[in-house]
Amino acid sequence: MKPAAFDYVRPATVAEALGALNGPPGAKVLAGGQTLGPMLNLRLAQPGLLVDITRIPELAAVSEDKDAVTIGATVTHAAIEDGRIPDPTGGFLSRVARGIAYRAVRTRGTIGGSLAHADPSADWLAGLTALGADALVAGPGGSRRVPVSAFVRGAMETQLAPGELLTGIRIPRFPLEARFGFHKICRKTGEFADAIAVVVAIPQQAYLAAVVGPTSGPPVLIEMRKVDWPSAAMTLEEAKGILTAADQLRNHAGDDGYARALHAAALKRAYDEAFAV
Amino acid sequence: MEHVTGEGIGARLLRKEDDRFMRGRGEYVGDIRLPGMQEVAFLRSPLAHARIKAINIPPALRDRVLVAEDLQGVAPIRADTALPGFKSSVQPILAIGKVRYVGEAVALCVAPTRAEAEDLAAEIEVDLEPLPAVHDMLQGRRPGAPLVHEQWGDNLFLTTFTDVNFEAVKEAVKVGAAVSVTRELRTARQAMCPLEGRGVVTDWNARLGQIVVYSSTQQPHIVRSGLAECLRLDEGAIRVVAPDVGGGFGYKGILLPEEVALAWATRRLGVPLRWLEDRRENLIAGADCREHHYILTAYADAQGRLLALDCEATVDSGAYSAYPFSACLEAGQIGSILPGLYDFPHYRCRTWSVATNKPPILPYRGVARTGVCFALEVTLDALARKLGIEPTELRFNSLVRPEQMPFDNIAKRHFDSGDYPEALRRAVDAIGLDKVRARQREGERDGRRIGVGFAMYAEQAGHGTSVYAAWGIPFVPGYEQCQARFTPDGALELRIGAHSHGQGLETTLSQVAHSILGVPHDRIRLIHGDTAATPYSTGTWGSRSMIMSGGAVASACEALADRVLDLGARLLQARREEVRIEDGAVVGPSGRIAVAEVARTWYRRPQDLPPDLNPGGLELTAGYKAKRDTGTFSYAAHAAVVAVDTQTGELELLDYVVVEDGGVLVNPMIVDGQILGGTAQGIGTALYEEMPYDAQGQPLASTLSDYMLPGPAEVPEVRILHMETPSPYTRFGQKGIGEGGAIAPPAAITNAVNDALKELGAELLVSPITPRRIVEAIARARPRAEAALA
Repeated sequence: MKPAAFDYVRPATVAEALGALNGPPGAKVLAGGQTLGPMLNLRLAQPGLLVDITRIPELAAVSEDKDAVTIGATVTHAAIEDGRIPDPTGGFLSRVARGIAYRAVRTRGTIGGSLAHADPSADWLAGLTALGADALVAGPGGSRRVPVSAFVRGAMETQLAPGELLTGIRIPRFPLEARFGFHKICRKTGEFADAIAVVVAIPQQAYLAAVVGPTSGPPVLIEMRKVDWPSAAMTLEEAKGILTAADQLRNHAGDDGYARALHAAALKRAYDEAFAV
Repeated sequence: MEHVTGEGIGARLLRKEDDRFMRGRGEYVGDIRLPGMQEVAFLRSPLAHARIKAINIPPALRDRVLVAEDLQGVAPIRADTALPGFKSSVQPILAIGKVRYVGEAVALCVAPTRAEAEDLAAEIEVDLEPLPAVHDMLQGRRPGAPLVHEQWGDNLFLTTFTDVNFEAVKEAVKVGAAVSVTRELRTARQAMCPLEGRGVVTDWNARLGQIVVYSSTQQPHIVRSGLAECLRLDEGAIRVVAPDVGGGFGYKGILLPEEVALAWATRRLGVPLRWLEDRRENLIAGADCREHHYILTAYADAQGRLLALDCEATVDSGAYSAYPFSACLEAGQIGSILPGLYDFPHYRCRTWSVATNKPPILPYRGVARTGVCFALEVTLDALARKLGIEPTELRFNSLVRPEQMPFDNIAKRHFDSGDYPEALRRAVDAIGLDKVRARQREGERDGRRIGVGFAMYAEQAGHGTSVYAAWGIPFVPGYEQCQARFTPDGALELRIGAHSHGQGLETTLSQVAHSILGVPHDRIRLIHGDTAATPYSTGTWGSRSMIMSGGAVASACEALADRVLDLGARLLQARREEVRIEDGAVVGPSGRIAVAEVARTWYRRPQDLPPDLNPGGLELTAGYKAKRDTGTFSYAAHAAVVAVDTQTGELELLDYVVVEDGGVLVNPMIVDGQILGGTAQGIGTALYEEMPYDAQGQPLASTLSDYMLPGPAEVPEVRILHMETPSPYTRFGQKGIGEGGAIAPPAAITNAVNDALKELGAELLVSPITPRRIVEAIARARPRAEAALA
């Protein structure tokens, strides 16, 4: 199938992009196009105007300060995978990026596009939620900063209002001692996750959190019990117990033992990876 | 006469066609651009079963849209068989009266671009009155089910019944001399996914009075016959060109309504037209295959030998009988394929070919055998478990033995040659059965369970006249021809009617010609894929090309050699029996003359020729048919080792071995490629590919994000071992081997999974084996296992 007719602009600045997005209704942002492209072809999306943001220099930029690294919305998964940008997690971002789809998709697909699309199975949704990252949003009334956990409201649903643009993602710097685990269970290489879990721990701060998904809503952030550092491996029974306490996951899986088993296995493996010696 | 140069039959010669393929310079239908060409999109039914009350086309668009009533004089597609009781379906080119599956073409829309043609389609309103759908073959078999074709009174294209002394097995059961197991098994509906989908470009050639049809097909001559029948034209008024074809697998052996519609419309509208199937059309409307259901009982005697099979098999044939292979190619063959490689005395098999509100079922690599192998080999493993013996032991006890060859089996299949137990022995050794058993006793450190499974099959190939005459489908293969010609500069041109869609015929047939004439490969050219340039052939299907076209090329080259020798002897002033062909020259007692020089003399300097020559020259057509036309039977033993995570159902293929006997291998490298590609597709059938339908007959996997295909990471290193038992019936002892790789993987992998899970009492009987199905099978078995312990 081929797309229905649409107009196309390629602005050079965020201001121009916002101008286009706040013109006649029906405008849609095009970044890497790895999801939007097929949706256009299947005519599931029929925007009147595509606003291509991939030639806006400030959206492709990465900036650093002492607390965080801010990644422009159009930075590709491949650039992160290859370590071409500074990584405030000491390699974890690269690890998440290289599990996304296939290299061809990663070459074009962007971190901002992934987050703005908010597919519950997407790797960045869980990853950025667990890292406590912020979404940077620009709109006609100015800019704002929203924690990713609040930015994503549900499946394919974000806080972005019509006429707003996700411009970047601010990821806090983690100390060297921080530990990360990431595990995705999917039917085959590059597929969307059937279960995904991220574990982030900062032993000195006695901080331990996990994000588990996908659900029909945003990924579920679980503050876990304080444990001795470093911990022994988690058992599957422990993982199941932790997940049972998370209402949203329990409701999502319902009576589906298979879905519960996958969530638990992903959590255990992510945890074990985080604490592997 | 055969030359031994290391580049003839048996050589691992690099593929000639790969130079253009690997550089992206192949020419596919999608690469063809004709001046003024317009694009076509089809408006397709959104419902599985509905009455068409009206088709409303905005008047301003009417001249760019064609519907059934416009196709004056066009006959529907009919693919009947001569089998007793077969019910005929009439497949309209564009839907008339009813739609019978989601995706059935209703209207043809023409515009300068595909996107605009789709815009046109979106403007058409089809008023449909929904009817209850036959969404499942077992539902369709039941009395009172909705009717796909009302006039039939039921939904049965065909039922068949085979009984060979079956009653006698009941005596054995009565006296306790037999053990039996019964299993209900199912294989998912699949969609064939060649990299290149179907595609058609049509043009009207006023000078020749010909409709030229460029089509991505395996069978250009059969497409021409089918088009001529539907368009009621002489075959000469149609030329079919098949350029490079990017994978076929059977899907491209079918005459499509779209081909008929474009051929008619191009003549009517007077412009070249192009339709390229997109992946969504491919998945939902085009390429259905494989869906089988079995209730199978296997009996063994007290010595652990297979005693009997009793089978009820149902095939979901879809809405129409596809041209030319019919709706019954699958179910109609199950009765004869099911006995496998085994020798046993009692047999009964009943089959149903059921019409449903789904696209027509089409032949896919391995045709029917993949499902049959799955049903039989998985049930045999269950029988072995009940007997308490190794599944391989049951097979060794029951396989046809080499000293019985050639062997007529219980279903009258004539196995030409081979050593089946030896293939299994080699597979047992290669996979290391004893080591796997030892490892299982130790258990895995990561908590997974491992299992080993085997499966065997025979692949009938190149079967010809007697087989298909009995079948009575629209074509019956007879003799195969090759036109061979030396050009004036001494190069060799070969023309064949079969077509290569990935098999490497440009290379392998060159090897055949080289073996006979010694012409270097860079001076041999294969011309195929054009009805105007090649002899008639039923095309490339049934793994027949290396047998039939290979035989025909050999016949033509031998006849050509004869003429070259005649001429060469005269030019060398030698006696005919004194000369021979050697290193590209005719060599006699007193000298030599290059074949190229003989050709040059014949064409360019006829004044130098002696009188009284055969005036036929250096161009001829010769034909071939195998000594027996019941086909060759290549065969294989596949063995798989898997690791299963019983918590998540994740499955890893740890090892995979194929022991294959394809007779004399013309090019072992290409054979390896065929086996690897087939095995990858078989892994798709085993673990990934499934086209589910809901109760309204809606297909639920309409894109490749839902229809899952194995990728490079999902296909393990496959270890291939060859045996080479020549067929006694073919020109070089070669056998067809194109399909076998795709037959056994679902059975071998399922047997490995069931072996891994046997202590849990869980069994997988449905393909594909998904992680969810594994977890659910274990959950179902748990109460039984606990009850057994209590």
